[in-house]
Amino acid sequence: MIYLDNAATSFPKPAETLDYLTNFVTNVGGNPGRSGHTLSLEAARIIFDARERLTAFIGMRESERLIFTQNGTESLNMALLGLLKENDHVVTTTMEHNSVMRPLEFLRSSRGISYTAVACSKEGFLDLDDLRPAMKGNTRAVIINHGSNVTGAVQSLEGIREVVGDTLVILDACQTMGSLPVDVEELKADILCFSGHKSLFSVQGVGALYVRPGISLTPLKFGGTGSKSESVEHPLFLPDRYECGTPNTPGIASLLGGLTFIAREGLSVIVERKQALRRRLLEGLRSVDGVIVYGHEGKGARAYLPIVAFNIEGRLPSEVGYELNKRSIFVRVGLHCSPVAHQTIGTFPKGTLRVSPGYFTGEDDLKTFVEAVREIAKK
Amino acid sequence: MPKNSVFLLFYTIHDVLRAEKILKERGAAYELVPVPRNLSSDCGMAIRLDDGPKDIGQHLSGIEIAGSFSFDGANYKRLDP
Repeated sequence: MIYLDNAATSFPKPAETLDYLTNFVTNVGGNPGRSGHTLSLEAARIIFDARERLTAFIGMRESERLIFTQNGTESLNMALLGLLKENDHVVTTTMEHNSVMRPLEFLRSSRGISYTAVACSKEGFLDLDDLRPAMKGNTRAVIINHGSNVTGAVQSLEGIREVVGDTLVILDACQTMGSLPVDVEELKADILCFSGHKSLFSVQGVGALYVRPGISLTPLKFGGTGSKSESVEHPLFLPDRYECGTPNTPGIASLLGGLTFIAREGLSVIVERKQALRRRLLEGLRSVDGVIVYGHEGKGARAYLPIVAFNIEGRLPSEVGYELNKRSIFVRVGLHCSPVAHQTIGTFPKGTLRVSPGYFTGEDDLKTFVEAVREIAKK
Repeated sequence: MPKNSVFLLFYTIHDVLRAEKILKERGAAYELVPVPRNLSSDCGMAIRLDDGPKDIGQHLSGIEIAGSFSFDGANYKRLDP
């Protein structure tokens, strides 16, 4: 079995993920912050540790502003639905995932917001100067996909403040977290949204967003927080304001395990390894007659995640994916929930195959994959 | 329970644990306890400091304390914020 769909969710997970998950389910099990007993407190400590570690991981200190969610999509929905009001304008790009485009479309039809999607290059890159003409007096936020789930293109945000001024910058860092250093200060982000189950190695069902001090979002959910229980009014203090109901403590425990693994290995080692796999993958795919690779060369070719979209000339991605699956090689085919990005790179509506090796992918796995593609291309 | 202890109440368990982290680092004598019913109807946790109120503000600056009370073994007395 060769798993090359780590951009969807990483697999396998490091031992730490399972250890932390198992420890919670086996030995802790309490509902965090809901009762005064030891197991409830232990559960709260796990969440506290994960929150502190994750906040430090993105270069920030105010851990109460790191909000746990169910996934990256929920984080993005919280940011957009919690922020935007009637007549607000948003600037975004043509490389966004549907987890950005669909909330924006919903807000356009339901709240009367408007948005401008700034065109990116065929390789998936945004030229920051192109944001300038899109900015309006009522532009409330700029939302940018930090790293594409389709082409792997990573946007350079150096100089973004000179272009957007004080307008809020929301980054969708679902693909970059754990694959590159992501520092909120350095990126000049106001809100950072991401998932835990990709390169942060948690199990599925965990995401987070960081909200810079001074920004207030209207919560999407209201309910029990284990705090201020005498009142029927939802609390205003953080993180409780944005987190209610029993959280996914097993998932958050597994995220703490993932972060422990990353700290042990070293993020720079992980980044290097993934980039080496990306180079090996590209080298292999480009050696196959009839294979078209989207991006990963020319200007900005260094700024790519190990996510490679490709097609075989004259073949549908679904057919090729089917052939690979028969060989127990697992990749993703189609539009990857990103129709706009596929329009940008010229692969809509057919889509592409997408190969995304992970930290545990072996070089031999990539060799086997490339030989399978070669065989399929010859048919 | 030692006499002359101090109870610190917080708005959220997150702040309780932030305070605990600092107290632990500074070697303070403390225990996490359920919020005493006669201090608040909240169902969360409080911190009982067992070496008196000294330097609370200095230790825990930056963390919003919802209430602090001295306890002499029989009665609670609200301390100045």
